[in-house]
Amino acid sequence: MCRSSVCISINWLEEDLRLVSTGRRPHLELMQRMNMNKNKIWGDLVFRGLTAAFASGIALIFIAIILVLWQQSQPSITKFGFSFLTSMSWNPVQEHFGALIPIVGTLLSTFLALVFAIPLSLGIALFLAELAPHWLRAPFGTAIELLAAIPSIVYGMWGLFVLGPLMADYVQPFLKKTLGFLPFFSGPSMGIGMLTAGLVLTLMIIPFISSVTRDVFLMVPQPLKEAAYGLGCTTWEVVRDIMIPYGRKGIAGAIFLGMGRALGETMAVTFVIGNAYHLSWSLFSPGNSIASTLANEFTEADGTIYLSSLIELGLVLFLITLIILSLAQIWLRRSQTGRT
Amino acid sequence: MTLLTRRKLLNFIVLTLSGMAAVLGLFMLSWILGDVAWKGFSSINWDFFTQLPAPPGVQGGGLVNAIIGTLLMTGTAACIAVPFGMMSGTYLAEFGKNNLVGHLIRFLADILVSAPSIVIGVFVYLVLVKPMHNFSGWAGAVSLAIIMLPVVSRTTEEMLRLVPPEIREAALALGSPYWKMTFVIIYRSASSGIATGVMLAVARVAGETAPLLFTALNSPYWMHGMNEPMANLTVVLFNYAMSPYDDWHRLAWGAAFLITMTVLAVNVFARIMLRAKRRMS
Repeated sequence: MCRSSVCISINWLEEDLRLVSTGRRPHLELMQRMNMNKNKIWGDLVFRGLTAAFASGIALIFIAIILVLWQQSQPSITKFGFSFLTSMSWNPVQEHFGALIPIVGTLLSTFLALVFAIPLSLGIALFLAELAPHWLRAPFGTAIELLAAIPSIVYGMWGLFVLGPLMADYVQPFLKKTLGFLPFFSGPSMGIGMLTAGLVLTLMIIPFISSVTRDVFLMVPQPLKEAAYGLGCTTWEVVRDIMIPYGRKGIAGAIFLGMGRALGETMAVTFVIGNAYHLSWSLFSPGNSIASTLANEFTEADGTIYLSSLIELGLVLFLITLIILSLAQIWLRRSQTGRT
Repeated sequence: MTLLTRRKLLNFIVLTLSGMAAVLGLFMLSWILGDVAWKGFSSINWDFFTQLPAPPGVQGGGLVNAIIGTLLMTGTAACIAVPFGMMSGTYLAEFGKNNLVGHLIRFLADILVSAPSIVIGVFVYLVLVKPMHNFSGWAGAVSLAIIMLPVVSRTTEEMLRLVPPEIREAALALGSPYWKMTFVIIYRSASSGIATGVMLAVARVAGETAPLLFTALNSPYWMHGMNEPMANLTVVLFNYAMSPYDDWHRLAWGAAFLITMTVLAVNVFARIMLRAKRRMS
């Protein structure tokens, strides 16, 4: 017992010496370890082990999600193989499933949302960080962040009952009249469909992108900005040549964070996307996303193949968002620490 | 046009656009809230809080079982996720600041925070509902807890890191073991911050629908325990809003009003608390 604690102390001491050499704040750890008697060491070892066990629980849940989804979608994976991702048929009667339409719908609605949300969010972030009078910044920022707190199902319901009819009566006829020669703006004005889903998603991700971007803008050192202003730059030139280049990693991270949210958003999309399995150039036509397919069909799925196809859809969604959110985290972290 | 006027004009245009974007954001917020308040408030009455749902066509009816179901499941989820999340947050803040394990877990937690909640629902369905052959309030609570967990643990970590090192040093210098210092000193000085974070996490999962769709399902009856399908506000809202009946739409707006106002009130309260705390320190 004694020997092991000595060993541990030596290991810790080495660690502390390393910490000293890297200029961190080591005396805290040193003090913590030097005044330990045997009982204290055991108590603290147990404490450290317990917290570590709980912390690794998060990693375990993460791994379990991937493993369970992978294992349970085996029937579908073995039956359809790679063609699951490229086939357009979704036929529960003949038990033939292909995920292309939900995947395209997910990507398309997210893309539409980003097209609208990126310029709007950058504008809002710029306003909050640089333009608004100081007394307005905190309440305005809070208001934008509150948009993120509204449950997504409320957005969906609002989209179905308020935005949908508006789109059908005014926006879509107008678009057809002015831009109707494009294939994107043709077909009947039903109100619900890809475009409406994209708009509701836009509203949902604006607060995420704009609040992170505002924080990125606020991290730009004041002397840099003042130097540029001193040279006679206009506000826009300072933003374009100083703030955006300085914070580009953070902004990319913010955009990918919003993208990850939009990809996995379920309720807001399910209400307004129309839930139809067909692919069309028109943005007015109803479609489907992975999340809305799951929400609509999961409890009704009978048969192993049907269920495991839905689970495979879930796995695909999880992996796509995993990649996007990892990129977001990596960029956000880089923008916080060393910058180049 | 001289170069200077052109630059000034461009500057003016961009700044105007930026201001318009901000006004548009605020306008959308007030539009949505206004609609929810206007349409929802009229369907809130005594029956709403005391009656069981009525079949379509029958006047009246309320959502008392769904309100209780949401409270029960959110409460259970908090009971699971708060201790779990606080312990893992403690590891991240105290022991995992700079090591590989800490970085990895922090990374995974950050991804889980934004991961699609419907996939969590599928996962819990496969792990709890399918083997036990029934939908249950427990399964719903577990899926909400999984969503809360990374939020609570990251907030705990951030709040613990705000505790000044001098306080820790003072406790350790008095001979306190590390665990005692953590429980007695650090938790206490971070308590209001952690409480705020927990409140925000609870508010967030209270509005979640997707993970409950295939775990707690829904039920029009009184519950007899957490071991059966359980009504909850969000899934009821989803079913009612998708239904063709006007009565049910009315109740759905009422449910939306109740959820939105509760969540927003908690958010505003938490923000005020955080600001007050920051001003004190």
